[in-house]
Amino acid sequence: MSGNAPAGTAGPVPDSAGHYGRFGGRFVPEALVAALDELDAAWRKAMGDEEFLAEFDALLREYAGTPSRLYVAERFSAKVGARVLLKREDLNHTGAHKVRNVLGQALLTRRMGKTRVIAETGAGQHGVATATAAALFDLECVVYMGQVDTERQALNVARMRMLGATVVPVTNGSRTLKDAMNEAMRDWVANVDDTHYLIGTAAGPHPFPAMVRDFVRGIGDEARQQCLDRTGALPDAVAACVGGGSNALGIFHAFVGDADVRLYGFEAGGDGVDTGRHAASITGGTSGVLHGTRTYVLQDADGQTVESHSISAGLDYPGVGPEHAWLHDTGRARYEPVTDDEAMAAFELLCRTEGIIPAIESAHALAGAMKIAPRLAAELGREPVIVVNLSGRGDKDVHTAGGYFGILDKE
Amino acid sequence: MSRIGVAFDKARADGRALLIGCMPAGFPTVEGSIAAMTAMVEAGVDVIEVEIPYSDPVMDGPVIQKASDIALAGGVRVADTLRIVEAVAATGAPVVTMTYWNPVEQYGVDAFARDLAAAGGTGLITPDLIPDEADEWLAASDAHGLDRTFLVSPSSTDARLAMTVAHCRGFVYATAVMGVTGARAQTSDAAPTLVARVRAVTDLPVGVGLGVGTGAQAGTVGGYADGVIVGSALIRCLLDASDQAAGLTALRTLSAELAEGVRTGRS
Repeated sequence: MSGNAPAGTAGPVPDSAGHYGRFGGRFVPEALVAALDELDAAWRKAMGDEEFLAEFDALLREYAGTPSRLYVAERFSAKVGARVLLKREDLNHTGAHKVRNVLGQALLTRRMGKTRVIAETGAGQHGVATATAAALFDLECVVYMGQVDTERQALNVARMRMLGATVVPVTNGSRTLKDAMNEAMRDWVANVDDTHYLIGTAAGPHPFPAMVRDFVRGIGDEARQQCLDRTGALPDAVAACVGGGSNALGIFHAFVGDADVRLYGFEAGGDGVDTGRHAASITGGTSGVLHGTRTYVLQDADGQTVESHSISAGLDYPGVGPEHAWLHDTGRARYEPVTDDEAMAAFELLCRTEGIIPAIESAHALAGAMKIAPRLAAELGREPVIVVNLSGRGDKDVHTAGGYFGILDKE
Repeated sequence: MSRIGVAFDKARADGRALLIGCMPAGFPTVEGSIAAMTAMVEAGVDVIEVEIPYSDPVMDGPVIQKASDIALAGGVRVADTLRIVEAVAATGAPVVTMTYWNPVEQYGVDAFARDLAAAGGTGLITPDLIPDEADEWLAASDAHGLDRTFLVSPSSTDARLAMTVAHCRGFVYATAVMGVTGARAQTSDAAPTLVARVRAVTDLPVGVGLGVGTGAQAGTVGGYADGVIVGSALIRCLLDASDQAAGLTALRTLSAELAEGVRTGRS
């Protein structure tokens, strides 16, 4: 439950009220406080309960298929100039790291005696994962999705419906992930008695950021041990994409106390941070309050949220989890933008060298690894070892990528 | 005592509840919102609640969000809101501001408090700022003599309710239903219980909001609460109107009906 504290900081984080330094906390309607307190208590109790942990572990192994493999991508490595180890979260059931979080939260939902879950989704990956867990746990499931995203991720909408979920297209605001999150919050305010809001990333009001981190921290715990087993040493760097930031936090967490391991979060730079069309909240945003937490936000001088842009619906969010804001401020992790074009170049390279089609989200991490490889090599005087979190598979993105590369046959 | 406290005392002496009408600043335009709020005062609304339009209003239903979106699309800024507060305060009615927290934080908490006080505003209603996170606002509101209205909810525990009320000044906002803003066919059964729980721990006036849209409902709520807060139903008068004149006429009619409601609620 407590976090690893980077050297020189006053950890662990968060504190009991969910603060990560100046970030985090709870900026929510009073109507939600009782539910957040209930969730906080249930989560803390579960994390100390051997029965819960054993059930969670069994679900992860038997149902989700973890531990995911740590794969040495030889041909990709040769092109990049680094020894690249891919943490294959794309091989998990439902095709992404997100299944870990939803199984943990679904278990908690059942423990709290609630019968309905709601979720927000951008690319649809979290929505599919939530619908999956809801089916497994016999919970009613409603997924809010921006109307723009329902159109660009039609296949995942169909998946959610097959699994028995109700998908609600959100037509407010920019009709993307942030508006889906607003709508889910409104649903929760009205139905909090029987409903758990199954937030899909390490953002939102306390205890969500810390709880989600706990449920996905297995990614890093596994990767750290697998790397030691395979190479006899820790990696030089760990790279992950950052939208809300759950996959990055999941893989970073085990390494935060390892001062020699560099942590890199790659944000969606869209058309380029200087163009204003991007989703890089840390690189191009400022401190503010959004969706129940204080963090870095894309906003104007009046505090109005600015629309984000990314070719990846899963990264197209104008905020970021508060722990990332704190890791940035403390200097423990470095955050850099990757443009749409850089991500798609890395996407294509992994397809062609390894026969793996990554999620476009994950392609941002691959592109980031390509950018830092020569810098690390120069600094270390040898070929660096980089663990990249391949957070999800690209099936859902085939239409987007096909359009980008101009390889779809005309209908 | 603040201007709003004086207004509540006067209404109490008259044996009725205070009517608080809410309108987003800059909806449909800056001048249009001043005209609408002035019309509400002239038709009998006692206190005007000016909401700062915000891009992500999680506590608001579709009517207020639509009005806020129109205001934002028209380019309204926080600075315009202060100008509107000043203009409406000049009518003599107390003006309270409702705002999500981020716009205040970006303006600068102390600077906002200073400028709101200078514009004649009485204080803030903060739907997504709970006392737990409000240290900076507690200091700024003390420094500039502004009221603080935090929300209490049917789901608030006794301990939280007492803690929240202890940080309020001016009045307490009781959310009548579990849910977002918007007029409803029936007012809540939970509200009288919640008001009674607040009264058990404070002498501050209690305003009830969420779900009130008709004179009859205003009368019912005014029967047990000190203040009746109406937003969406008033805003709808302007949203549904064919032109501004028709909107103002509808707004005056509903305002008068609500004002009549709070005057007959306890008879």
